[in-house]
Amino acid sequence: MAEQTTLERVRPEPIRAVPVRHPGRWVAIAVLAVLAAMFVHFLVTNDHLHWSYMVDNMFRPPIIAGVRGTILLTISSMIIGVVMGIVLAIMRLSPNPVLSGVAWVYVWFFRAVPRLVLAVLFGNLGILWSRLSLGVPFDRQIGALFGLHDFEARIFSVRAVDLLSGFIAGMLALALSEAAYMAEIVRAGIQSVDPGQMEAAEALGLSRGQALRRIVLPQAMRVIVPPTGNETIAMLKDTSLVAYTPVTTELFFQLQAVGHRTFDVTPMLVAAVLWYLFLSSILLVGQHYVERYFSRGYGRAEKARARLRDLRAETGGVITP
Amino acid sequence: MVRAENVHKYFGRLEVLKGIDLEVRPGEVCCVIGPSGSGKSTFLRCINHLEKLNAGRIWVDGDLIGYRERGGKLHEMRDREVAAQRRSIGMVFQRFNLFPHMTALENVTEAPLRVRGGPRAKVRELAMGLLRRVGLGDKVDTYPGQLSGGQQQRVAIARALAMRPKLMLFDEPTSALDPELVGEVLDVMKDLARDGMTMILVTHEIGFAREVGDSLVFMDGGVVVESGPPREVIAEPKHERTKSFLAKVL
Repeated sequence: MAEQTTLERVRPEPIRAVPVRHPGRWVAIAVLAVLAAMFVHFLVTNDHLHWSYMVDNMFRPPIIAGVRGTILLTISSMIIGVVMGIVLAIMRLSPNPVLSGVAWVYVWFFRAVPRLVLAVLFGNLGILWSRLSLGVPFDRQIGALFGLHDFEARIFSVRAVDLLSGFIAGMLALALSEAAYMAEIVRAGIQSVDPGQMEAAEALGLSRGQALRRIVLPQAMRVIVPPTGNETIAMLKDTSLVAYTPVTTELFFQLQAVGHRTFDVTPMLVAAVLWYLFLSSILLVGQHYVERYFSRGYGRAEKARARLRDLRAETGGVITP
Repeated sequence: MVRAENVHKYFGRLEVLKGIDLEVRPGEVCCVIGPSGSGKSTFLRCINHLEKLNAGRIWVDGDLIGYRERGGKLHEMRDREVAAQRRSIGMVFQRFNLFPHMTALENVTEAPLRVRGGPRAKVRELAMGLLRRVGLGDKVDTYPGQLSGGQQQRVAIARALAMRPKLMLFDEPTSALDPELVGEVLDVMKDLARDGMTMILVTHEIGFAREVGDSLVFMDGGVVVESGPPREVIAEPKHERTKSFLAKVL
């Protein structure tokens, strides 16, 4: 009702005032314009940037395969990292001291060791174990006690080199390290949710797991998503570390390979900058939409939209400003 | 319906409840009043085991809350068993605690769907009925952030009723509301009381206690100072402490 009377009332004469001047902005624009011109001048006139050579080489099949490898590594290690991070965070906050302790040790270890070291280490794990197998521990020793030689109780076994070949090893190194950081982000997110939410869910008879999954985590996501976007962009760049695992189907390795082969390194480094800029920009767009989804029910935009809907309903679909 | 015997609760070294005894009959509306810090909210939260007791026992509908007695020994219940007990006890909070990422309807259907299962259409029908009953039939698809405080609290009441509780606990349900919105929530609660719901209500609304309450409990410093029929306690308080408290709030 109140809205209707305001709509019908004649609007008063709007204020006409001289706006505040901002001379500093114009000075800043001038300075920036000069700097930008200098940069463009450098790009165009420097002899060592062979642009046509760079463009010719940065879309070659091995490099496109490298881009695909980089994207695949980013996505797969982030998915593993986020899922493990959520599990670790829930373990860390659990009243069970065993779960909480295990999560603490995991995060302590994987946050302490640099990703580059992990990437190289995982590539060399095949040296420690020639075969990876799952079964009863000390099976041979137990067999020997009973006079049995060649006794083995193994359920499953693969050659380590098959499993820990470059790509899987590199992905595991990145994913396990990411899980430790994600665990801390998710923990902060869960703790940012009003404890009244957990109480309300428990008072309704939901179990702790249901309350976490249905009530607390969806609200924590609002806090978790922005830093996870950050982590994804960081991960995109950190995939270049697995060149030392070594993983060859990866963007930076492929670009450098071209550079080394032709003894023209700089243009390929510029190409790397451009490729990473392009891929990060795509991620930024994705992040925007994910953030909008998880902030439903919150914020000014949502309220304004609702008010508009109400107003439209009252006036029968027409709003005249 | 509810029997409490010698309930004690400590927070660290602070003794918040110093032996509360209380009996609430089925269909009774029991109002608990008292100054802040008197332990009345803590006591209410003990009834559905949101707070663990340090001593004493509470029974709801004949079931001992939070523990099982076997061979003269108390055994702590598992989380799942506690959750099962809570299903028949509805609770309404001072700060509503609606789930902000769900619409009003989803708030109401969440617990019946997850806990009891049951066909989605039927649960939805029940929830729509409850929202209509609290006067919010036109707000089903609205998020809590777009509702007024009074409307949010009415959704919270509908949410608690959706589990078909035998007992409703209200923890200062109108204290966080603008004065002009208090009435709409009290009306819904009056309606519930008329339908024969057993209710325990921590409140500062003396008028509501006098009009709707069957019994009035005055707590101070972790003990029940005085209790009885609301009109008698309010008109002729026996204890000095009750007199001075009522003189301040009336």
